[in-house]
Amino acid sequence: MSGFPTLLHKEVLRFWKVSFQTVLAPVVTTLLYLLVFAHALAAHVEPFPGVPYVEFLVPGLAMMAMLQNSFANSSSSLIQSKITGNIVFILLPPMGAVEIFGAYLLAAMIRGLVVGVGVFAATLWLIPLPVPNAAWVLAFAVVGCGLLGTLGILAGIWSEKFDQLAAFQNFLVMPLTFLAGVFYSMHTLPPAWQAVSHLNPFFYAIDGFRYGFFGRSDVSPWTSLAIATGAFAALSWTTLALIRRGYKLRS
Amino acid sequence: MPALAARGVSKRYGRVQALEGLTLEVQQGEFFGLLGPNGAGKTTLISAFGGLVRPDAGTLHVMGHDVATGFRAARRAVGIVPQEIVFDPFFSVRETLEFQSGYFGLRSNGPWIDELLERLALTSKAHANMRSLSGGMKRRVMVAQALVHRPPVIVLDEPTAGVDVELRQTLWGFVRELNRAGHTILLTTHYLEEAQQLCSRIAMMRDGRIVALDTTDRLLASFSGRVLRVKLEGCDLPPALAANAMREASGWWRLPVQDSAHVENVLAALRHAGATVASLEVAEPELEEVFVKLMHRDEARA
Repeated sequence: MSGFPTLLHKEVLRFWKVSFQTVLAPVVTTLLYLLVFAHALAAHVEPFPGVPYVEFLVPGLAMMAMLQNSFANSSSSLIQSKITGNIVFILLPPMGAVEIFGAYLLAAMIRGLVVGVGVFAATLWLIPLPVPNAAWVLAFAVVGCGLLGTLGILAGIWSEKFDQLAAFQNFLVMPLTFLAGVFYSMHTLPPAWQAVSHLNPFFYAIDGFRYGFFGRSDVSPWTSLAIATGAFAALSWTTLALIRRGYKLRS
Repeated sequence: MPALAARGVSKRYGRVQALEGLTLEVQQGEFFGLLGPNGAGKTTLISAFGGLVRPDAGTLHVMGHDVATGFRAARRAVGIVPQEIVFDPFFSVRETLEFQSGYFGLRSNGPWIDELLERLALTSKAHANMRSLSGGMKRRVMVAQALVHRPPVIVLDEPTAGVDVELRQTLWGFVRELNRAGHTILLTTHYLEEAQQLCSRIAMMRDGRIVALDTTDRLLASFSGRVLRVKLEGCDLPPALAANAMREASGWWRLPVQDSAHVENVLAALRHAGATVASLEVAEPELEEVFVKLMHRDEARA
């Protein structure tokens, strides 16, 4: 029997035991964003014709919370285990790179998806949103959480100190999620910024996710899915290769 | 087939050569001691057997399984208790042991976990969070973690550092029993007395190499004879005798002696120098002396 199910179970339990700060807190933060931005911008912005700004905002904010929490889960678990030293209990058993990678990844995706469900559950009674294309919603949620869960593993392995991880989070993950079109549609940007935004893989995750709700997007959902999945696959391949080599895990 | 085999293992960290072409075999069923000063490479060697350290050169086998190419079988065959006290603060003692079993693919390991808790005097703490345990208890949980998969080879890296006397006895009683039941034990410790009492064979390491390897009895016999212990009153040891002597923390002097005639000579020299002997005795050789001698001999050669 493989150690994978146990490691997955442990990783899920790790965030679930402190769900007050790992699930409830991000849901509350997202609601605050929603209240403030909806109040401040609703009268000025209509990114998609006929779609009220508040409704436009909900999927973007939900996806942002999902992405950030997927990243936070795998990265914080790994850096804590490395710094406290208890990572040895995972490195000594007969588990291969795929098992270790898979367990951290899946747990991160579960946290991201649980936060996403939490955000929708909390906004449902304020802003009921129809979901005409549930399959797209689900596909982008899974790929987006997977992409960031993998990035979290990479960051957790690479970082040796908490401030290095914080730098990764503040200077890469935060800007990329914030500038991925959570608060606006790309079409409202000047052409130069539009071009730059198209280099950001997170943009495709959010844009495709939104397509599932409104049937409208800046880019074709197929293109978005291909790019987001491609980024996920490339990053997974890199991360797996690093774990297999024992990069910063086995000296 | 040896339980542990290292052949020509080298490992360098920057400018530090942690292991230098080290070769060592530990036979099945042995209680083996690995001694050496800090920085000798003991922990690096142990970590290499567990796959935590990847050597630059050489091969390592556990129960015949290569730790690189047959890592799953090799890791199933060995249980390692790391030197540093580490734990996961999110979980209780029992959860910790259940997870560790699961990592080894063992799903229903309850009865053995119960027995481990019992034998390591942890039953009353089974549901306590790891954070709430004392250092000695955390150490025993780590021992239990290394044993969840009933490995034929058990490696303990300074397991009694910071553990009080009573618990040390509990731990050694249990480890001895495991050894009698056929488990191979590899032990590193700073308490040379412990190594002398427990280990049937001992290797001494320095600068990433083995500098001595023999049965405990032969090491004691070949490197250390009897010693005369004297306590002097109001004066120091005469310079003629001080060259070979060693001072204990308690203030006693240890002087190597070959036979009773030699004892006479030493006493005569002391009398001649006008030293007053407050107390004296002839003591059996101790591993500590062998250790000190070997480390000095090597230094002199270097």
